[in-house]
Amino acid sequence: MAKSPILGLFETADNAADAGDALKAAGVSPADYDFLTDTPYPEGAFGEREEPHRLYLFPFIGALIGLTVGIMLTSMTQMAYPLAQGGKPILSLPPMAVVTYESTMLTAIIFTIIGIVFESRLPAFKEGLYDTRITEGYIGVLVNVEESELTQTQTLLTQAGAVDVVLKAERISA
Amino acid sequence: MQEGTPLQSRQVNRELLVSILNSPKWFFGALSVLGFIVLVAMSTAGFMINQGFGVTGLNRPVMWGFFITNFVFWIGISHAGVMLSAILRLSKAEWRRPATRAAEILTVFSLMTAMTMPLIHTGRPWRTVYWIYTLPFVPYDYARGIWPNIRTPLVWDPSAVYTYLTSSILFVMIALIPDFAVLRDRTTGISHRIYGMLAMGWQGNARQWKLQIIAGVLLSALILPVFVSVHSIVSWDFGMAVSVKSWHSTIFAPYFVVGAVHSGVSAVAFVLIILRYIYGWQNYIRHEHIDALARLLIVVATGWFYFFVMEVVFGFYGREADEIAVRNYQFMISPWNIWMMIFVGLTYFAPVAIWLSRPARRNLWIMSLACIFVNIGMWLERFLIIVPGLARKQLLTFDWYTYRPSSVEWIIIIGTFALVSMLMLTIARVVPLIPLYDIKEGEILRTEIKIGRVTVPAVFRED
Repeated sequence: MAKSPILGLFETADNAADAGDALKAAGVSPADYDFLTDTPYPEGAFGEREEPHRLYLFPFIGALIGLTVGIMLTSMTQMAYPLAQGGKPILSLPPMAVVTYESTMLTAIIFTIIGIVFESRLPAFKEGLYDTRITEGYIGVLVNVEESELTQTQTLLTQAGAVDVVLKAERISA
Repeated sequence: MQEGTPLQSRQVNRELLVSILNSPKWFFGALSVLGFIVLVAMSTAGFMINQGFGVTGLNRPVMWGFFITNFVFWIGISHAGVMLSAILRLSKAEWRRPATRAAEILTVFSLMTAMTMPLIHTGRPWRTVYWIYTLPFVPYDYARGIWPNIRTPLVWDPSAVYTYLTSSILFVMIALIPDFAVLRDRTTGISHRIYGMLAMGWQGNARQWKLQIIAGVLLSALILPVFVSVHSIVSWDFGMAVSVKSWHSTIFAPYFVVGAVHSGVSAVAFVLIILRYIYGWQNYIRHEHIDALARLLIVVATGWFYFFVMEVVFGFYGREADEIAVRNYQFMISPWNIWMMIFVGLTYFAPVAIWLSRPARRNLWIMSLACIFVNIGMWLERFLIIVPGLARKQLLTFDWYTYRPSSVEWIIIIGTFALVSMLMLTIARVVPLIPLYDIKEGEILRTEIKIGRVTVPAVFRED
């Protein structure tokens, strides 16, 4: 059965953390609730779950691809247009170094950006329940529960100090 | 480093989005004036392309003049942004918060402007298309039997600049996503849709913030080596040139990089002062921030001065005829020696004397003046490297000639300054030039601690 979202809005980080504790005590899986804020809070401020990621792999993969492309581009160009200069070899390493370095770095950075977007699960236009008050400083506690548990969760969030509880989906528009 | 009063999230949104949501009355007037100057400069460039290089002051052997000087200058300005932002992010310096975004955007626009200079300087810019245009597999020049040297060091320059430009744009865009979400939540109609697209459905959950913070550090670490490469490669445009021996200086790369940081950080300080003044961001760009930048600049300027002196000393030490001849130009022959004195005075002695005084560092008018001094001086530095090096008989030239820039060159150069100002003003209307989430993070991390009998402002810092 599909779960329904419910969003509690809190004015302080303490209240939001209390809501997190209450949800945990009520047996809600940490994967089923999340904290929405308008600024990064120190990790663990709300007792939220660890967020594993593989972002660090992306720049390495990008760098390897960039290095390969750089070497191929510079060496194949020299071979394709064999212009002899002062008895120097046609395939010469010094002119390759800078361009290869730049292509390595560029691809590493592009892959890092792709990694950030991918690991952040963006774009996410259709996901979740949202309230614009979150970008005014309110802390949102977004919970996904069974339809039958909505009322109980609403009570739980209110008791933890939620100033408002949103049930109707306000989709993040594109 | 916590001199301001605590700020609420709503207040931060209201005050920092003022440049976007409530455009000041003077905005379109200022934009029109700058746009007109840019238009005049573009028309002048068109006139020059139509008439040929004869309308400029460029002639054998001085074929690099104002345009290349300006190219190096804007590349230098671009170094402030990412350098400042990246180093301060990596070191988690608390005072970085209001400075990073403006610095990064200044990087992007100054790089774009810099790239127009070599194109204009080619005299026939459309021919640059031929370098990559294929018929169908061979670049056009090769197909016509012309064999440009693909191994020239001049190829390195565009590869480095485009890498830096692409990286800087991506760096800015990633850091903008959370702020686009704030704008998405505060706009209606078409603006809402555009900001919604740009925010990509950002919600601000713990995972997204974690990735955003790591992104700032990781991208900083990746961009810093690119930043070092760019201006060192620009210096090799000179250092690797076969015929101009006075440019064969092994110290050029660090000398150029430190010089770029010097001019760039000064430009960022100046931009911050202007933003504080025009948008009333006194709560965000505080005296302490400008003070910190000035203290950083003392170190950078002194580092730059060291390289400058060493470059001159090495020139004399080698006793090569070409090198001595250029030094003769720079130090003994008018007007070059006068420009040289002005350049050193404006770049080092005047601003550093100002920055050594705390009241001067906290006086925004004096600070603005010092930053303008540095940038005039650094522009002159590039001019005094390029022109005296060329304005004499070289191994592969048959005559010599001095250089006087024509009005065409002056107008195009002034146009580039108007272009960067116009772009900065325009972007301020579209994106917040101070990162909202960074300021808000600073606010939630700020605290006060009691030590003995004093209570001092402090900030919590995560590892």
